[in-house]
Amino acid sequence: MSDTTPTATQLPAQSPPVDPAQTTAAEHAAAALAPAGGRIPFWSGAGGEGARRNLGLLATLVILVVIGIATRPDLYGDANWVWGNTLTILKLASVVGVVTVGMTFVIIGGGIDLSVGAIVALAGVWCTTLATQSYGAGGMIFSALVVGLAVGVVNGVLISYGRLVPFIATLAMMVAARGLAAQISEKQTQVSNSQFINGLASTKVLGIPLLVYILAAVVLAGWVLLNRTTFGRRTVAVGGNAEAARLAGINVRLHTLLLYALSGLCCGIAAIMLTAQANSAQAAMANLYELDAIAAAIIGGTLLTGGRGTIVGSLLGVIIFSTITNLFAINGLSTEAQNMVKGGIIVAAVLVQQVQFRGLGGRFGGKRASTA
Amino acid sequence: MTAPLVEAPADAVPGEVVLRLTDVVKTFPGVRALDGVQLEVRAGEVHCLLGQNGAGKSTLIKVLAGVHRPDSGTVQWRGQPVSFANPQAAMRAGIATIYQELDLVEDLSVAENAFLGHEPRVAGFVRRGQMARRTREILARLGHGEIPPGRMVRALPAAGKQVVSMARALSHEARLIIMDEPSAVLAHDEVGNLFRIIRELTAQGIAVIYISHRLEEIREIGDRVTVLKDGRTTAANLPARDTPTRDLVSRMTGRTIEYVFPDRPVDEPAGDELLRVDGLTRAGEFADVSLTVRAGEIVGIAGLVGSGRSELLETIYGARRAESGTVRMAGRTLRAGSVGAAVKAGLGMAPEERKSQALLLGEPIYRNVTLATFGRYARLGFTDTGRERAEAMRIADNLELRPRDVRRPVGTLSGGNQQKVVVGRWLLGDTKLLLLDEPTRGVDVGARAELYQVIRGLAERGVGVLLVSSEVPEVLGLADRVLVMREGRLVREAPADELDENTVLDLVMAGSLMEGAPA
Repeated sequence: MSDTTPTATQLPAQSPPVDPAQTTAAEHAAAALAPAGGRIPFWSGAGGEGARRNLGLLATLVILVVIGIATRPDLYGDANWVWGNTLTILKLASVVGVVTVGMTFVIIGGGIDLSVGAIVALAGVWCTTLATQSYGAGGMIFSALVVGLAVGVVNGVLISYGRLVPFIATLAMMVAARGLAAQISEKQTQVSNSQFINGLASTKVLGIPLLVYILAAVVLAGWVLLNRTTFGRRTVAVGGNAEAARLAGINVRLHTLLLYALSGLCCGIAAIMLTAQANSAQAAMANLYELDAIAAAIIGGTLLTGGRGTIVGSLLGVIIFSTITNLFAINGLSTEAQNMVKGGIIVAAVLVQQVQFRGLGGRFGGKRASTA
Repeated sequence: MTAPLVEAPADAVPGEVVLRLTDVVKTFPGVRALDGVQLEVRAGEVHCLLGQNGAGKSTLIKVLAGVHRPDSGTVQWRGQPVSFANPQAAMRAGIATIYQELDLVEDLSVAENAFLGHEPRVAGFVRRGQMARRTREILARLGHGEIPPGRMVRALPAAGKQVVSMARALSHEARLIIMDEPSAVLAHDEVGNLFRIIRELTAQGIAVIYISHRLEEIREIGDRVTVLKDGRTTAANLPARDTPTRDLVSRMTGRTIEYVFPDRPVDEPAGDELLRVDGLTRAGEFADVSLTVRAGEIVGIAGLVGSGRSELLETIYGARRAESGTVRMAGRTLRAGSVGAAVKAGLGMAPEERKSQALLLGEPIYRNVTLATFGRYARLGFTDTGRERAEAMRIADNLELRPRDVRRPVGTLSGGNQQKVVVGRWLLGDTKLLLLDEPTRGVDVGARAELYQVIRGLAERGVGVLLVSSEVPEVLGLADRVLVMREGRLVREAPADELDENTVLDLVMAGSLMEGAPA
């Protein structure tokens, strides 16, 4: 570090008074990450804040497991059951997890995609029509991916070039895609006759369900895409400050389109996974997945206004939700109570984020003032 | 002006000390923003606050406005020690603040903004008629009776918005009005109007804290000056008119220089023509603009806010689509309305609003420096952050960025250093022509001199620079060739050394007395 750094830390953050709540909060958080010596620990910096929050999510997960142990010590006494239950939770998380990865990109890029559940349903129904099934498993997978991607592109075109507000465009798509799915399936459940597709859900590799590997692969690809590629960098730039990105020469419209296309593609993958689990598809499948995915991304620390978020956080968010579902199931409690708890957790997560922004800054500042 | 602007507070005693700050300290994580501030403000005076960016002026204002609470020290308001829990408490006590970046609700009307939070009401219903009438009265007294109280604030120009902010302060019975760089967004004739309003206010015993980077303004309107440096008061209660500039600057910077413009090269820059703009037009903004910039040449555009100069730069850059006319870079016509094409052709721009148009405030410095170039360092779409950091470090060293640690969030830097980041962005890659829109707005004196050096240094390396500024001395001091813009047209072109400030001001202002006033 150069010897100018100590004086540099004396520079107060210039904060625009326009929106004190948001900007100063961000600046406090930012300043809190930069200790007085100017040396920034590895966990700090841009990714560090996310890493710290992810530790908080892990802690939440541990608490949930402890609650599980406390309420059903009989089950948790059996190591085989614990392993099996863990795989159940992960398998439960896999489909929504894949959707959430796409959603995380869209939200970091400053948008929202309310149509993901409907896209999963449409892609699922499309790939299980008799006509599609006649092309075999390959044709089914291909059609699910293409349908997901195509619907995502339509979303993207409406938003980027049609200048529709993302909320409205994807809300319309949510209604329309389900409608089309119901039309195609004539409101019937379409059974999948493909042994390959149906086998995806039951196949295990090294004792772990194939669906969990698919989730892991999508999460890994998403992580690399967000953190290591120009695509990811553009996503953060477009969501963080679209005007700055545009004036730096980034094609904001094209990139926004690609984000929705990516989300649609993830829905296509999820449709195959969900069809495999049920051995069938219907227009009502993947109901409210958009809410699950958004909620998971939010509690995972993705900023709803864009510009900030992590794939790992979103993954942990999904796993926390499926752990809660599992917790209620093993205790024989209703899904209604479960949904209330989920709602509470979303509120708590957002509150904790705000306290981290304001409170941490205040606490660190106070400590420094008293020792100074 | 016959009607008094506001009723004098009944118990206001001119010359009485209304506000006294003693040893006020405010810390943020890693930063001692205020480190022992003394300030004394009297009823009926214009008290100027002077200091570089980062000296703590903004924090001090926020303490007075009830946004921040001091960690230690005392704030005495009209003889009583106070600590405002929130902005409303400060307002109720009679302290109104007009922020530099105006805090108006764009989609509410003028009247609704003026009375925001304390609307006249009966049984929970807003008395719209009364509110409009009182707003109209206040606006008339501010000399802007032509602004309709029902007009959406969004539809007003910057000067009009500021008048609304002022009206809001007057709608409270303010005894102290804090103005943070009120002239920064105003055209020249509007500043005169602002000063007239300020004099009216102080004649009624209202105290004004006036913040500005422009010493001439402080001389004209101020009574006393308090200087801040690094969060401390370095000089208090200096007479505003008689204190030598040298003294003020040295208290602010610890140095005794003011503007230092780098020397122009002895030889005329004889580079090839880089940029040629022909007949560029956007209705209502500018018309039939033709200009050229050669390699290694700094061309300055002098013009008022609203003369179309920022719009012109953005159109050249492709951020706005030209309605007619062409922009050619090294002989090749650029696609209209495409920033990507402009950047590819070697253009770069530092826009007027750093925070909203140029920076990702929460992202590290290096990612802001490489925002336009990270793709070049990437291989097969994979970013090379190590290389990016190294390149950003090189830029940080070149520009003497403080702090040098490029992993810090850019939002924690002072205005001058943020501007260096934006300019530094275009030092990477192969920028041939740099468009600078108000490059030193909100940048303190010391950092200005450094920025001027950077800009001249770029020109010496053969980069063409097209610069827009509302500060005429800056255009004259920095540019090789000056274009004067008025009401969307170029009215004069001459080498900088053939013009003086008064000539340019006359050209800029001629026939533009209504400029900036809302229709």
